[in-house]
Amino acid sequence: MAFAYAPAPESRAIVDIAPSYGLFIDGEFTESADGRVFKSVSPSSEEVLAEVARAGERDVDRAVKAARRAFATWSALPGAERGKYLFRIARILQERSRELAVLESLDNGKPIRETRDFDLPTVAAHFFYYAGWADKLKYAVTGRSPMSGTSGPDPKPLGVAGQVIPWNFPLLMLAWKVAPALATGNTVVLKPAETTPLSALFFADVCRQAGLPRGVVNILPGYGDAGAALVAHEDVDKVAFTGSTEVGRSIARAVAGTRKKVTLELGGKAANIVFDDAPIDQAVEGVVKGIFFNQGHVCSAGSRLLVQESIQDELLDALKRRMSTLRVGDPLDKNTDIGAINSPEQLARITELAAAGEAEGAERWAPACELPSSGYWFAPTLFTGVSQAHRIAREEIFGPVLSVLTFRTPAEAVEKANNTPYGLSAGIWTEKGSRILSVANKLRAGVVWANTFNQFDPTSPFGGYKESGYGREGGRHGLEAYLDV
Amino acid sequence: MDTEVSARAAGPRAGGGATGWEGVTGSVTGSDAALKRFLHGLPGVDAVGLEERAAVLGTRSIKTSAKAYAIDLAISMIDLTTLEGADTPGKVRTLCAKGMRPDPGDRAVPQVAAICVYPDMVAVAKDALKGSGVQVASVATAFPSGRAALEVKLADTRAAVAAGADEIDMVIDRGAFLAGRYLEVFEQIQAVGEACVRPDSSRAHLKVIFENGELATYDNIRRCSWLAMLAGADFIKTSTGKVAVNATPAGTLLMLEAVRDFRRMTGVQVGVKPAGGIRTAKDAVKYLVLVNETAGEDWLSPQWFRFGASSLLNDLLMQRQKLATGRYSGPDYVTVD
Repeated sequence: MAFAYAPAPESRAIVDIAPSYGLFIDGEFTESADGRVFKSVSPSSEEVLAEVARAGERDVDRAVKAARRAFATWSALPGAERGKYLFRIARILQERSRELAVLESLDNGKPIRETRDFDLPTVAAHFFYYAGWADKLKYAVTGRSPMSGTSGPDPKPLGVAGQVIPWNFPLLMLAWKVAPALATGNTVVLKPAETTPLSALFFADVCRQAGLPRGVVNILPGYGDAGAALVAHEDVDKVAFTGSTEVGRSIARAVAGTRKKVTLELGGKAANIVFDDAPIDQAVEGVVKGIFFNQGHVCSAGSRLLVQESIQDELLDALKRRMSTLRVGDPLDKNTDIGAINSPEQLARITELAAAGEAEGAERWAPACELPSSGYWFAPTLFTGVSQAHRIAREEIFGPVLSVLTFRTPAEAVEKANNTPYGLSAGIWTEKGSRILSVANKLRAGVVWANTFNQFDPTSPFGGYKESGYGREGGRHGLEAYLDV
Repeated sequence: MDTEVSARAAGPRAGGGATGWEGVTGSVTGSDAALKRFLHGLPGVDAVGLEERAAVLGTRSIKTSAKAYAIDLAISMIDLTTLEGADTPGKVRTLCAKGMRPDPGDRAVPQVAAICVYPDMVAVAKDALKGSGVQVASVATAFPSGRAALEVKLADTRAAVAAGADEIDMVIDRGAFLAGRYLEVFEQIQAVGEACVRPDSSRAHLKVIFENGELATYDNIRRCSWLAMLAGADFIKTSTGKVAVNATPAGTLLMLEAVRDFRRMTGVQVGVKPAGGIRTAKDAVKYLVLVNETAGEDWLSPQWFRFGASSLLNDLLMQRQKLATGRYSGPDYVTVD
């Protein structure tokens, strides 16, 4: 290639990763009660980044007790005072954004371009956004207008929130959970995913730097057993979970019949619908962003491309040409578009489902691309000739694998888009405004993007229909899940 | 999109041996109504998505060997331009000297692609550049507004060609375009193309300037790209440099998509020239990234991509020195011309 981009690696020197980390309970880093540890590995190199204390049931109990103690004073603070802490955290996150972006790329495997330009700015934006609500809660959820002049009590926080987050956007999912919880006066115990614990532990340091009172935020790195213990803990008032539908179901079962409020943000199998009058070049970009953003490790990923049959050839040609320009490799290289698959387990699942796609008769295509020799990698992949019956059209792959289906009429597009147990997101591509509105109204999906995809904003509620979960995070609606209203 | 696209055979490129689409009598350009239907039938452009894509490509980090390659390539793609009322033969000759030898201290620096002047300065430039291989480009057709009778525009073009211009940068009639008189614009481009033919039947290359800032919408820019390419443009060019909004990354990206799609459909390759407002090496490298990742490497040569610029060259030279020596030598170490 004439214009070969030289390596442009972001420096690792900006982040200082300690050899080992403890649990963060009651404002202190501490070992786990039984002394167990696990290793956090960089998926792009398989290098061990740090050894991390592994939380167990007794640690969960300690953390929940700390959060309960902190709740009394934290919830009694005037909203404006809580807001100040959140603003301070947001500013520190901005100041340390380069460091945290590099850390997140190392621990998660996602490209620095995304952590730098998407994850970290959105993380800070969430804290800024919810900081602003902290002293306006009475207008947020009660329907009271700031213009009416009526005064009254603030809606009440729930208490201790047990939060379990996934590995795909470690710090951003933390922000989605922690920011509204703190703004509304709750205290939190958060369990990051076992493959990506580090940014949450750095966040613990940010909380200390911001002078957040001890016990308000507790971080418990660990595995599913710690998550289950947290969810089941009798002194937890609110459970918030983002992750797989399977785990979501077990959480729903665990809290059934208790007083606990629950929000679940689960899997998806979103349809990205391209009509024949779409802005084609931007639709191709949107399809690429829909499925290859963050290696496809996105619950709202547009993993099913529904393309109108009359433009199928043209669109697929353009899509393949565009996929051939994707740069797969070192997540810390500033020109990398697609990074590493987060874990060997996830890689195995993607590989298995892609093999099933072939076995079921769909046609597999991937651009020629050289994958690094160490680490976990999967080339951006496209399946054509996919039918609704194929596993790759029904199951969430959570990887850079796109299934292409066709439709003939708007009604058929809607029918196929909705023909899934999931209902998290969808995309519509057409230049016709009336079609956007009519199709969006018929889609059973929590988020519908029109002529764009995978856009996230703290002001906008996000959440699913059907087996994609319940409750909304983000926006004013996101406050409700943490308030007694 | 209609694969039956064809144009009337009279375009300037027809001289190059008509095969395929050029030989077919076109239904698309056969009438104002047909042409309008075709242009309005092109896929729409989503402004947000287009600008987002241009912005993402703007974050590419071009370092070391890639930067050295890009800087030299950018220098070789410059149409070094002076289009001032105050232009004098002396000014034009100095600019020509600069274009032939951009850095007097370093013979390895490539020369620019062309010197771009008003028609009455073509003879001076031609003489100054003799034997160098640097082309003479001349704006024509009542540049920059294009508001003159067709005969005047054609006379302007013929004069520049007769004086030795290798390339003609014409402006379209934006008024006619915005009024929807596409066939009139099409025929004017063809007529100017014919005026580019020299007595020995060779011809000056034709660059067609849209003035994107006046076309205002991305849909218009896409339509104008196809219109100009159908009419036989060798290059499509963003701007005159004389209005408030000149070359933008998004507008250029869109035009690169158009030439890419046009070649795919017709086999004919057309060049792209962003002009106006590109002043820094950093900007130029971003444009080269747009070329590389949109039209592809076939366009990465002065034959297919140009920068219309004046101050850009010195910044490229300073960056080149910095890359070679590891330090900035400052503006006094590049010549002011």
